[in-house]
Amino acid sequence: MTDDRIVPVTMPKWGLSMQLGKVTSWIVAEGDEVGVGDELADIETEKITGTLEAADAGTVRRIVAGVGEDVPVSGTIALIAPAEVGDDALDDAVAQARAVIDAGVPDDADGVAEVQTADVGGRKISYAGAGTDGDVILLVHGYGGDRNSWLFLQEPLAAKYQVYALDLPGHGTSAKDVGDGTLGVLAEAVTGVLDALGAARAHLVGHSLGGAVALAVAAGDPGRIASLTLIAPAGFGADINVGYLRGFADAATRRELKPVLSQLFADESLVTRQLVDDLLAYKRLDGVDAALHALLDTLLDGDAQRADSAAPLAAIGDAVPVTVVWGGADRVIPAAQAEAVAGAVRHVIDGAGHMPHMERPSEVQAAIEETIARAG
Amino acid sequence: MARNITYREALNEALAQEMERDETVIVMGEDNAGGAGSPGEQDAWGGVLGVTKGLYHMFPGRVLDTPISESAFIGAAIGAATAGLRPVAELMFVDFMGVCFDQIYNQAAKFRYMFGGKAVTPVVIRTMYGAGLRAAAQHSQCLYPLFTHIPGLKVVLPATPYDAKGLLIQAIRDDDPVIFFEHKALYDLTGPVPEESYALPFGEANVVREGGDVTIVTLGRMVHTSLSAAEELARGGVQCEVIDLRTTSPLDEDTVLESVEGTGRLVVVDEAHPRCNIATDISALVARKAFGALRAPIEMVAAPHTPVPFSSALEDIYIPDAQRVVNAVKTVTGWSR
Repeated sequence: MTDDRIVPVTMPKWGLSMQLGKVTSWIVAEGDEVGVGDELADIETEKITGTLEAADAGTVRRIVAGVGEDVPVSGTIALIAPAEVGDDALDDAVAQARAVIDAGVPDDADGVAEVQTADVGGRKISYAGAGTDGDVILLVHGYGGDRNSWLFLQEPLAAKYQVYALDLPGHGTSAKDVGDGTLGVLAEAVTGVLDALGAARAHLVGHSLGGAVALAVAAGDPGRIASLTLIAPAGFGADINVGYLRGFADAATRRELKPVLSQLFADESLVTRQLVDDLLAYKRLDGVDAALHALLDTLLDGDAQRADSAAPLAAIGDAVPVTVVWGGADRVIPAAQAEAVAGAVRHVIDGAGHMPHMERPSEVQAAIEETIARAG
Repeated sequence: MARNITYREALNEALAQEMERDETVIVMGEDNAGGAGSPGEQDAWGGVLGVTKGLYHMFPGRVLDTPISESAFIGAAIGAATAGLRPVAELMFVDFMGVCFDQIYNQAAKFRYMFGGKAVTPVVIRTMYGAGLRAAAQHSQCLYPLFTHIPGLKVVLPATPYDAKGLLIQAIRDDDPVIFFEHKALYDLTGPVPEESYALPFGEANVVREGGDVTIVTLGRMVHTSLSAAEELARGGVQCEVIDLRTTSPLDEDTVLESVEGTGRLVVVDEAHPRCNIATDISALVARKAFGALRAPIEMVAAPHTPVPFSSALEDIYIPDAQRVVNAVKTVTGWSR
């Protein structure tokens, strides 16, 4: 038996389709003391590069996975244990972990997560879920994003909740037709997915444009929405980075798109070639260009924001707990607009840009779980 | 939603989606519908390559079998294009293109220019190229340099299923004549391809691997050979940037030059014969426009200046392999004055 004072550090599951990851560099060394949230290692998957943070505090006693080595999701890559745990026990645990890594991805591993579709008003809407117990959470991405924007959050939340993420009309693998492109069309897709799930009640998490969409859904049927977590939501002030929005809609090449995307993050190194290529591939799908330009009219009135999220927020009143999360270094919608989200619990994350759910997922996860707890 | 399909299936899907979208798109060629020995309408062959299989029944009257007379049916396709259709003609092996050169380089390539921009010729000629199938000297050539030489033609060489679909859709929507090269050895290659329709712009090279030590510029099947070499070199600590040109006309000069400005070293890998091929063209480009960045002479990896041998032993030696690319990279990294 493994000594239960030994806490494994495991390969995270970033995105529903992830099966393997590799450590590209270790930030900690054997013997280092780490606290919860400390950076442990840089990890690369087929889709993304990210930094793994410590979920537990203690001393890193053993590093199991070598740099560049493929490790199956949830395989142990390092061991944290107090000084009292002897070398023999650690060696046993390392041997067990090595066996898992060397065996590779088990044959019965979950394949690419099953993408489901719902027909909403004649449009095909795609969504994917993780988790089998607990309340339903539906994640609503922003302008130009898709359900994979939540790759750092969906699996961790799925430990306690049934977590779904959808592709709004015009995005991901959903229908590219957005009709007149109004918030109403997008909100209808969210409601349609809740209907397809048979969810009488759900927690909504919305990012940017998705925040305005989540508010529109909640205002339309407040009894159905148990809580709202809004991440850098649209519609709480006039200011918005029009250069970013129009630049994203108009960019036709990697050279045009990359500098635009760098405005999304506080840490521009997160704009990898893979991210640019994936977004370019999306933008080149038939119908996407028209959808993005139609939605631009929903977001912008001249050079100011068109959406008014204060009105739906007022309509909801106190019935629904609301949290707003903003990156302090947001260059798309200024974090100062968090003040305009009346009655909300506010978290401003210093050093994060417009994508805190990708840049600082554990803090956003904590905010979501705290909001859900308030819903009772 | 992307799923893994073959290069062949990606081409078939591009044709089907464009025929569905635009009724002026037609497909024609030898055995594209039925073929010798089949009852014709049974769609037994789908072309000798199997790419057009299934289209005959999906689009009645728009998939045409032609006589074995390339000069006649390529001319017919070009004429149909000037008259308002968007024909996709399949010319089995690029080696047979010679008998239709007047139609291609003297007619199709010239119409827009000679009619003052008032005429368009939206024809696509799909064709198979390259060595490796024991098909001997008259069925194994590359020949894309010949077409790249001619103003008025666009020349496309997809290396992956994703590129095959997106570039064929762009070729069909393009108003100029496009020569579309499919490597025989790539038809069964699988890769992720979105179900939805999408067009990849011409003149945009793809950086398929990033690296700071040496730039490898390549195209077509040689992309995969170069990637194997880059992987092996990376184990020895040499990081190669591998650029897939995707189209030789138009040519994405910027991506090549920017990469060489970063690495200072260039290896060009081209399956065509070594004289006046894409490797010499890229070498001249870099020598003229990025000379100051070069830290070593340019190396070229190409097939020899001989016909493609029928002997399997000789053909295997003839085709540039990863070891030759590795050797070329070691030459440029090891060079000193």
